[in-house]
Amino acid sequence: MVKLDSRIPEGHISEKWTNHKFNMKLVNPANKRKFDVIVVGTGLAGASAAASLGELGYNVKAFTYHDSARRAHSIAAQGGINAAKNYQNDGDSIYRLFYDTVKGGDFRAREANVYRLAEVSNNIIDQCVAQGVPFAREYGGLLDNRSFGGAQVSRTFYARGQTGQQLLLGAYSALSRQVGLGKVEMYTRKEMIGLVVEGGIARGIICRDLVTGEIEKYSAHAVLLCTGGYSNVFFLSTNAMNCNVTAAWRAHKKGALFANPCFTQIHPTCLPLHGESQSKLALMSESLRNDGRIWVSKTKGDKREPNDIPEGERDYYLERKYPSFGNLSPRDISSRSAKEVADEGRGAKGKEAVYLDFSDAINRLGEHVIREKYGNLFDIYETITGENPYKVPMQIYPAPHYTMGGLWVDYNLQSTIPGLFVLGEANFSDHGANRLGASALMQGLADGYFVAPYTVGNYLAGDKPDMLSTDHAAFEDEAKELEDYTKKLLSINGKQTVDDIHKKLGRIMWNKVGMGRNEKGLKEAMEEIRDLKQEFWNDVKVVGNDKDINQNLERAGRLADYLELGELMALDALERNESCGGHFREEYQTEEGEALRDDENYTHVSAWAFSGESHWDMHKEELEFEYVKLATRSYK
Amino acid sequence: MGWLSESLNSSIGKKFVMAVTGICLILFLIVHLAGNLTLFAGAEAFNAYVHTLEPFKPIIRVIEVILALVFVFHIVNGVRLWIANRQARPERYAVNAASKNSSYFSRTMLSTGSIVFIFLILHLSSFWATFNFQGHPETGEFEFFEIVVYFFSMPWYAVFYIIAMVLLGFHLNHGFQSAFQTFGWNNSKYFPVIEKIGQIYSVVMAVGFGSMPVYFLFFYGGN
Amino acid sequence: MADTTLKLKLKIWRQPGPKAAGSFVDYDVEVSPDASILEMIDELNNSLEQEGKEPIVFESDCREGICGTCGLVINGQPHGPVPKIATCQLHMRQFNDGDTVYIEPYRAKAFPVMKDLTVDRSGFDKIMYAGGFVSVNTGGVPDANAIPIPKEVAARSMDAAECIGCGACVAACKNASAMLFTSAKVTQFAVLPQGQPERYERVQKMVAVMDELGFGACTNTYACEAECPKGISVKNIAQMNRDFFVSKLSGSKQEA
Repeated sequence: MVKLDSRIPEGHISEKWTNHKFNMKLVNPANKRKFDVIVVGTGLAGASAAASLGELGYNVKAFTYHDSARRAHSIAAQGGINAAKNYQNDGDSIYRLFYDTVKGGDFRAREANVYRLAEVSNNIIDQCVAQGVPFAREYGGLLDNRSFGGAQVSRTFYARGQTGQQLLLGAYSALSRQVGLGKVEMYTRKEMIGLVVEGGIARGIICRDLVTGEIEKYSAHAVLLCTGGYSNVFFLSTNAMNCNVTAAWRAHKKGALFANPCFTQIHPTCLPLHGESQSKLALMSESLRNDGRIWVSKTKGDKREPNDIPEGERDYYLERKYPSFGNLSPRDISSRSAKEVADEGRGAKGKEAVYLDFSDAINRLGEHVIREKYGNLFDIYETITGENPYKVPMQIYPAPHYTMGGLWVDYNLQSTIPGLFVLGEANFSDHGANRLGASALMQGLADGYFVAPYTVGNYLAGDKPDMLSTDHAAFEDEAKELEDYTKKLLSINGKQTVDDIHKKLGRIMWNKVGMGRNEKGLKEAMEEIRDLKQEFWNDVKVVGNDKDINQNLERAGRLADYLELGELMALDALERNESCGGHFREEYQTEEGEALRDDENYTHVSAWAFSGESHWDMHKEELEFEYVKLATRSYK
Repeated sequence: MGWLSESLNSSIGKKFVMAVTGICLILFLIVHLAGNLTLFAGAEAFNAYVHTLEPFKPIIRVIEVILALVFVFHIVNGVRLWIANRQARPERYAVNAASKNSSYFSRTMLSTGSIVFIFLILHLSSFWATFNFQGHPETGEFEFFEIVVYFFSMPWYAVFYIIAMVLLGFHLNHGFQSAFQTFGWNNSKYFPVIEKIGQIYSVVMAVGFGSMPVYFLFFYGGN
Repeated sequence: MADTTLKLKLKIWRQPGPKAAGSFVDYDVEVSPDASILEMIDELNNSLEQEGKEPIVFESDCREGICGTCGLVINGQPHGPVPKIATCQLHMRQFNDGDTVYIEPYRAKAFPVMKDLTVDRSGFDKIMYAGGFVSVNTGGVPDANAIPIPKEVAARSMDAAECIGCGACVAACKNASAMLFTSAKVTQFAVLPQGQPERYERVQKMVAVMDELGFGACTNTYACEAECPKGISVKNIAQMNRDFFVSKLSGSKQEA
């Protein structure tokens, strides 16, 4: 029986992290080089952790399945990164960022973690500027800020529409430096497919070399998973093509608990679907909502061109329903409202899309201001759709974007397997049931630069784990098993392609475990996913061989894990009889259609332990809200 | 001095050598053209001009040696660059779309340079050799204007000369601005001006030098 | 959006491995003009898989033109005929019914083909490892607003920093030169106050590795800038050249 100990330090919330840092055990500088640490993933969390641990003196092995560390999907974040600098003198503070994040997460995040996140947010900005990240500046030379959904202060730092890119390249440059100095060994084009656990602690990983197909064994004193989220379970999402849950899922099956898998975020401002061949959904930064106004026609099935619909016949539904936050309402509310109007048949030209209109802002500020702020986003839009958003309102629609759920971690970011740490989107810890805009970058870098370097050291100094040889039976057995698993995938030789089955899974997930969920649908989904899993293992066709570059095989392995995760997501959604954040259960809503939380019965984290095929046991971590009073989230 | 050869052998160093030698040659051409334009003023003016250079012969010899070295550096280095660059890109694309992303002049530096080099050999063996050592090929006299008339009256010589001058213009058109880019003098204020000057310069050189064989072949009534 | 489809003849480079010989293979496809070129290959691959044939190996990830993973040479142009986009942003509406489209990998000695359309661009990482950073450790840095940086300077740095490391510059250059990539990183730091302490050392180290890896030299054709999906300017190369000369010509700081 796993016991969930969140290891929240004693003391007032504002002192917990400081006290904890003091109380943690340290590794003597001379001894750090005796410890090996594996970091899987080189996005914001992974690159920053690998670089920081390398700087401290540990021997770091960093892994990515990309050809370069710089490709990780953090790079695609457009809008910005939050920090409680209060440079704008508009009343921001660490406490307010903490408060907004807890509230934005619909009271399903762990207070202590969120406070720490807000606390180190300022260090992140300092760090990035020192690295040469070219943030946007004002004419006086100081840093510029913009506001973002779910906040009433301007606390978002940005670098044009490419903040994620610049922050990732900053972390990648720090990582590059350590690679150059020999403190980090970089392993590219290697995909983690197995975690080695022996004696109850994490010992290393098994990778498949994506070029030679070799199954390889890597041992270390600690393993950090920084492997991102699992939105691609929906097939169509804003995630990159290669984003997958495999590393986290294989760790889950080795004993790491998976927390709140049903908390998925549907991003309100993505481009609508164009057709069957669509491979992913493009995101338009939420920052567009600062100046764009969202509307649909008041009439159902209105096929007129948007510019032909007179002002009086437009419904600015977010401004109408949520006057104080308006177009900047949090993501879940905005997404659901868009789906509502589209379901009513009032979507753009009767389709699943709503208008995001800049004509007011262009009239007020001039086109050059809008161009300077959002030029590249407008260009992207025009490239994809062939329409000019300066003249015609954009069409947007929600799409799966971020997953708040992930492997359960304690305050130290350690999973239920000692020695296995989980950082960034891959863990569940900071965003509760809904993540606020510009907070993902913040969390990834907070975990990597400022949390893990301390807590990993504490583990190494305290638990003094030894390192196994890769010849140890634990490694040999795991490698053998995975070799067989790979061969099995190749031997099925059925009739359906991997994408065919993935699309089927995506449809089940989007329709029944997507924005609106209900008991009946979820039960059906679980049934259908189980059947689809059978179909996969009996009828999938994977071509090529395993000792070569084989992207078909890579995708098959990832899909196999999604087919298991999908079922758990539905199970988690079914078990959570309330609506909160990104999880909207149609049975639990107010008469006005607002989410109805059940704080009495569900103020907990649902952490699932894998106990055999299609079987999980749930463990609860009760959440206590001492500092932010539990209240119905209202953005009216 | 290890640092120097190391620097000059780096990719940027090789470009630097091209640019410095190129600029030297660009300056030389201005002087050369200015003097040669006296041809249009008739035999007396031209002969007088050549004679005025007589007392400076020792200095001119030194300058010629330097010029020769500059040429050799420019050519040898250019060929080295070309070989290294070929090695960096051994395979070609099935579809050549170079015209969509670069100028014709920039892509043909080796060809235009090679033809100009052949021209140079011919030019030296005809004009330079006769002016300095052999005298008029037929009379052996050092009547400079007559020598010019002699060579430019040969149609094959004049036509090749004209073609070479057009290609020299092509070469200079790219080389001029390219040298400034290599030195790092590229900013949005000045660079367009440099490009313009380069274009004007290359046209002046091509037309200036090219007009001489044209004049003697078609318009000079001396024979 | 369009209901019609385009019929195209594709000539796609297939090469089983780094040492194997490659050749063009013809495929006839019918595709929606709203699909991207990579989605077209996805569909083609799906049908190849159905027939039990090996799909075409190509790389892509974000499909938003920012990660720099994709990079195909389409009818002789890296990232295709439309300026300032990555391959993933090239939509089929740019082609006409009946067109023949050649799709090839990048060709450069320093970017060897691994399989089909996938090349090894790890050289770029090696250039970065040599000096593409400001040497600051995590923690202990000054407040972010401690040094004001003029908006213009930050913008210039950002212009250079936008490079996505896709390698189209190398692919487009007739000399397979990596100068645009290297100079973009050099310039990003060269103009910022944070980058000054290592400015001249950085440029020397990065250029040395760039040369070692077998990239060609620049002959100022500017094909790199024309094909760059982010429009990175060759002014960065000028900046790098200048910094390189200064670094080579100035005496050691320790002696002075």
